[in-house]
Amino acid sequence: MEFIMAITIGALYAAGAYLLLRRNLIKLILGIVFIGHGANLMIFTAAGLRQGEPAFVPPGVSVLPPTSADPLPQALILTAIVIGFGVLAFTLVMAQRADKVIGTDDLDEMKDSDR
Amino acid sequence: MNLLTLCLLVPFAIAIACLMTGRVCALQRVFGVGGMAALLVVSGLLLERVSSQGIQVVQIGNWPAPFGITLVADLLAAIMVFVSAIIGLAVAIYSLSDIDPARERFGYYGFLHFMMMGVCGAFLAGDLFNMFVWFEVMLIASFVLMTLGGERGQMEGSVKYVILNLISSSFFLAGIGILYGKTGTLNLADLAQRADGLMEPGLLTITAMLFLVAFGVKAGIFPLFFWLPASYHTPPVAISAIFAGLLTKVGVYALIRVFTLVFTGDVFFTHGLLLVLAGFTMVVGVLGAVVQYDFRRLLSFHIISQIGYMILGLALFTPLAMAGAIFYLFHHIIVKTNLFLVSGVAQRYNGTFDLKKMGGLYAATPLLAILFFIPAMSLGGIPPLSGFFAKFAIVKAGLVGDSPFVVSGAILSAVALAVGLLTLFSMTKIWAEAFWKKPAVGHAVQLGAISRLDRILLFTPIVGLAVLTLCIGFAPEFFFDFATRAANQLLNPAEYIETVLGKATP
Repeated sequence: MEFIMAITIGALYAAGAYLLLRRNLIKLILGIVFIGHGANLMIFTAAGLRQGEPAFVPPGVSVLPPTSADPLPQALILTAIVIGFGVLAFTLVMAQRADKVIGTDDLDEMKDSDR
Repeated sequence: MNLLTLCLLVPFAIAIACLMTGRVCALQRVFGVGGMAALLVVSGLLLERVSSQGIQVVQIGNWPAPFGITLVADLLAAIMVFVSAIIGLAVAIYSLSDIDPARERFGYYGFLHFMMMGVCGAFLAGDLFNMFVWFEVMLIASFVLMTLGGERGQMEGSVKYVILNLISSSFFLAGIGILYGKTGTLNLADLAQRADGLMEPGLLTITAMLFLVAFGVKAGIFPLFFWLPASYHTPPVAISAIFAGLLTKVGVYALIRVFTLVFTGDVFFTHGLLLVLAGFTMVVGVLGAVVQYDFRRLLSFHIISQIGYMILGLALFTPLAMAGAIFYLFHHIIVKTNLFLVSGVAQRYNGTFDLKKMGGLYAATPLLAILFFIPAMSLGGIPPLSGFFAKFAIVKAGLVGDSPFVVSGAILSAVALAVGLLTLFSMTKIWAEAFWKKPAVGHAVQLGAISRLDRILLFTPIVGLAVLTLCIGFAPEFFFDFATRAANQLLNPAEYIETVLGKATP
């Protein structure tokens, strides 16, 4: 399972990096989304994958059994996903506005303020 | 209520209050300035408390330390929160005149306070994931401030600013993932205690590099700074002033935090790399500044070069160097914000930011000339002013040779001095272009461009910050003593660890 996850994370990062190098603004944003997903999966995988051992305390016991999955990384990822979602919404609106004001979504054309 | 939580709750409550006023600008202005003043009082009390009683800790919800959310204020964090509040108040007053009603209606003051909350949170966070969340709070608010108004230049700058900062956030997140996977904790004190033992040294160094990239982008260090001069000159002056003062310094603060607490296993590699990067940051930043002719772009490049000095202080890793870096941090926040504020007034008089077209300000308003002269000479490191003592401490730390880097420390001290000279050169360039020479046709100084009330609102924060610069310059022992104590806390993390985790832990 770790192997498949590692390949998936690598593929997400590679696709993200490729898209980041494109000149189109929307592709750039998609690249960031991919890299963000890659990072989330990395937290998930690095913290250890366990199958069929949800983090529930069984009846009659007061602590988690040591073999159960760690709930904290899932909480971290959930937070990161929510933040990523909000940021993505903002970025898309920004892209729309940039396209409207500058008249292009080509990043190479956005150089006026650099001169 | 606890002072630490108040430092977060005050800006939060004010931000909500600003958004709730609907579009009543007058109320927002009152809340905006009053909120910053309240934050200044609270953070001042916090600084006093930390200074007299040692490190302050709050465990949110009373969950014990490595498991719950921890807020920690050591001396460095308290100093940073306090200085941020000073800058916040100065910029809020300046905004009363500088920010147009349209931007105010769309929630300028609300987002300013959300950003302050993020900044204070990042300074006070006791674990890495919370630091990430506070970074995001700060970033999202700053994205809105950067794009507010939606002018063409702003959108171009924002695209670069937003995208590069998001990439750095994903590096931060990846670093957090690996660190948690290997150590099972993200609490900084807990990591400081255990990271060396739990992780293979090689993997710890790799994780350190992820954090270096993540915070390096935010701080604007050498190969990662390109978003900064591309974006900081595009929004209104008040916004770029607070960005210039605070945001990169949050990145520097985070670098100082992790490279003194967590990643100290292989100092020769990690801090050696920081040393090299510091050198390049100083030189490339100042060379970029020398060729600029836009007032704010020139100042933006100087931010980068000054960040290099702070990183140099961190990299040398001795008490004196660290104290120098901390002194540099708060001196630079005040001075740089002030220079941006001055550039705004100069632009109002001359009608442009282009140094080639500006001119005649010295003859028309000697007061503004003096108010530029003080922070500019301080930035250049001229003796009685604050920048001199900051540079002196760092250069001396490089030369005395008790750091792990004897030869390269000395070389970089020489580089730092040369960069100081170039800084002075480009400040003289602004002086000669904007203040001494005759303005270009159509850009004559128009003193009537700023009404009497506006003049009071614009000059009050500038005068205040200039007086503060003079105070630091004329009473450096007092401030340097503070910085030294903060540095000692950083370099001997035992007190930090003990306060956060409780004395019972071995």
